[in-house]
Amino acid sequence: MYFRTCLAVATVLTLAACATAPNEDAEPSPQTPFASTYVPRPSSPTLIRNATILDGNGGEFAGADVLMREGRIVAVGQGLSANDAAIIDATGRFVTPGIIDAHSHLGVYPSPSIPATADGNESTQPNTAEVWAEHSVWPQDPGFGRAVAGGITALHILPGSANLFGGRGVTLRPVLGARTVQEMKFPDAPQSLKMACGENPSRVYGGRNSSPSTGMGNVAGYRQAFANAQRYARRLEAAENGDGDPPDRDLEMETLAGVLNGDIVLQWHCYRADEMAVAIDIAREFDFRIAAFHHAVEAYKIADLLAEEEICAAMWADWWGFKIEAYDGIRENIPFVHAAGGCAIVHSDSETGIQRLNQEAAKALADGRRAGLEISRADAWTWLSRNPARALGIEEETGTLQPGRRADVVIWSADPLSTYAVAERVFVDGALIYQRGQGQEHFSDFELGQAYREGGQ
Amino acid sequence: MRFFAPFLIALAIAAPATAETVLIRDGRVVTNGAAGIIENGDVLIVDGRISAVGANIAAPRAARVIDAQGRYVTPGAFAAMSEVGLSEISGSGAPNDASVEGQLIAAAADAGRAFDPHVSAVAVTRLEGVTRAAIAPSSTATMFGGRGALVALNGAPDSVFGERAFMVVELGETGAERTGGSRAAVWPAFEAALRDAREYPSRYRSGQGGAVLNEIDAAALQPFARGDGLFLVHVESAADIRRLIAFKRANPRLRFVIHGGAEAWRVAPELARSGIPVILDPLSNLPDRFERLSARLDNAALLHAAGVQFAIAPGPGSVDAHQARLVLQLAGNAVANGLPWDVAFAAVSRAPAEIFGVGGRVGRLERNYAADVVIWDGDPLEVQSAPTAVFIAGVEQPLVSRQTRLRDRYHPNR
Repeated sequence: MYFRTCLAVATVLTLAACATAPNEDAEPSPQTPFASTYVPRPSSPTLIRNATILDGNGGEFAGADVLMREGRIVAVGQGLSANDAAIIDATGRFVTPGIIDAHSHLGVYPSPSIPATADGNESTQPNTAEVWAEHSVWPQDPGFGRAVAGGITALHILPGSANLFGGRGVTLRPVLGARTVQEMKFPDAPQSLKMACGENPSRVYGGRNSSPSTGMGNVAGYRQAFANAQRYARRLEAAENGDGDPPDRDLEMETLAGVLNGDIVLQWHCYRADEMAVAIDIAREFDFRIAAFHHAVEAYKIADLLAEEEICAAMWADWWGFKIEAYDGIRENIPFVHAAGGCAIVHSDSETGIQRLNQEAAKALADGRRAGLEISRADAWTWLSRNPARALGIEEETGTLQPGRRADVVIWSADPLSTYAVAERVFVDGALIYQRGQGQEHFSDFELGQAYREGGQ
Repeated sequence: MRFFAPFLIALAIAAPATAETVLIRDGRVVTNGAAGIIENGDVLIVDGRISAVGANIAAPRAARVIDAQGRYVTPGAFAAMSEVGLSEISGSGAPNDASVEGQLIAAAADAGRAFDPHVSAVAVTRLEGVTRAAIAPSSTATMFGGRGALVALNGAPDSVFGERAFMVVELGETGAERTGGSRAAVWPAFEAALRDAREYPSRYRSGQGGAVLNEIDAAALQPFARGDGLFLVHVESAADIRRLIAFKRANPRLRFVIHGGAEAWRVAPELARSGIPVILDPLSNLPDRFERLSARLDNAALLHAAGVQFAIAPGPGSVDAHQARLVLQLAGNAVANGLPWDVAFAAVSRAPAEIFGVGGRVGRLERNYAADVVIWDGDPLEVQSAPTAVFIAGVEQPLVSRQTRLRDRYHPNR
């Protein structure tokens, strides 16, 4: 229904290549457009000693150490030693995996927020699966530096939720001083597709007397788009097998076909329980996976269903009431999803919230406990690191402190589930990228030279 | 600082028919007054007011005794800026009384007469220890945002206790947006509006009309233009704050409080000398608007060090109808960024009351103050803490809301 005619491309691209995220090749090629040029900062072996460690996998260890070398976690345990390592005495401190925010609009809705920088929603058609959020990212958004100070080591930048299909999302490192978005792209991380249920698309397009204007219009939009994508994928496959000509290159179809074949990880903004259940049935109809529902304000009502389907839920601790689809928000949403054996994630969707996701997890932890659930603080940290890594398809790379994983590590001044805790040091790929109080708060180009920084009154 | 407050205050909060005598025993009592924090202190509530605070208070006959077991006992928190009660659902096309469109009513907007004590957000907010709020419209068509009110969150019919308590005025970027798109138009328009208000009703009766304001807005603005009311000014940038300070110096009868003030830290000494208080958002640290380029997390700590009177609340643009309860988290974050604990707690309890001219009646645990008392299960400024009991005007509030009902219905162990 919303086909785009595309320029024919001389090279015939295989379906897999179209949909595959940029891989370890630093050189862009027709198979890996916009490849990541991320390079970890230089690091040296580091041994963090005698901390309380929350490993991101539900484990807590007192008086324990973390050894990092060549950008990877080497060991976690007590009494570690390494002759070649610089030693950080973390007595009295807490150590955790870095926080991963699965839902951010940094860079695409940056600071300053003015019409020209508001690039997060290509709200010109309900299906803009062809756009990629990374192409709207402004690396100079001061929000990236603030996020690092809050313990963020990876974040997923998504298009907004004006559209049924918002476009591809991207997982980034918060690289301070990055000049290009390619320098920030998390190596080998799959791209996502952002979809949106509910009030936003039907309000945006209904308000223009256009489709969709209702929930049923939304669903027809999803289903027709996936049906078209199935046909596209069949033609592509047939052409590969020598049967017929390939279809014209179609960026929108490439994205949708990527969801069908699993290369692209589906992140679906959806608030209401009944709408999530319909979304699950759409996924069954077209045989694709939903990685996570985002916001999922009513996830607690179908926590069993989400656990059974192995669909993560990326949620707020307590936002509610701003739309009727958010009316039934409760403070126990995250812990109830957790208690059902589900994949609970704390996300921000906010340039302010991303700076203190640990506090949001703390709220959810406390409310769950007050409701009588047994949840450890180590369990709560899974909502901030392992579970978002899982939803973003990077669980093998990061999100837990275990040997072999990327050394994305934060040293906190105190129990990070306290309002008073601050991130003292942040390591990404084993390199120290932030240390509080060292006078090297990173300021983006936008902030450089501003009067208040130059001693101006 | 005492403000003369001619606006209607229901100072005598009527003692409910079922007013209890309650003795809260053995708490860490945060008085917000000269007595400071009393370890192992008692609080006696009689007829809706604090009757006594101290150690080893004898329980009157028929008093209900609550053992606080050493836990925090504090005044209720006061959300210094909120839209609570002005909508049930703020979006989705549902009625939202915080947003006033059209040219007929702007300065005359009266939040106190739109307040609905029965919205679900009231119960949601009070069970987290916030017992009072200053509410105002979020937007009007002009630089005048309308008149705000002071409300209690006990859901009672008489819970508006400060009607027409302040006049919102936009003198920063938002003011410029509503006034021809330029700050160059804002101050001339503001001064002309004040003249219209001072000259009401004569210039309207004569048929001359107002230069800026229609008759309704001029009538509403008049007491404020004469110094008999408080202007709540939205400014953020250092330059705009300085302009306000200069304007106040030239118009000493007028009274101002700043809401926003992200760059107040840059003009802290001048602000302290001016006596203009600031309601600030301690989470504001991004240049999300050009008027907030230098926003920083230690704004509150810097203002405190300079002797500026301030309160803590969400900033303009972040105020909503549903999350007033998070004001305690804001205060906790100010502590994490250098503000002393007692100052931070006062910034969300005593200071808002003082700024809005009711500091002699709410915001402290001292004799004769309204008995807004909260017993906590931990440090009130820690996000993991929650109240175990909430009293508003001496009446214990049920810790039940629509959200707790939903929680119970969907509880995994139901």
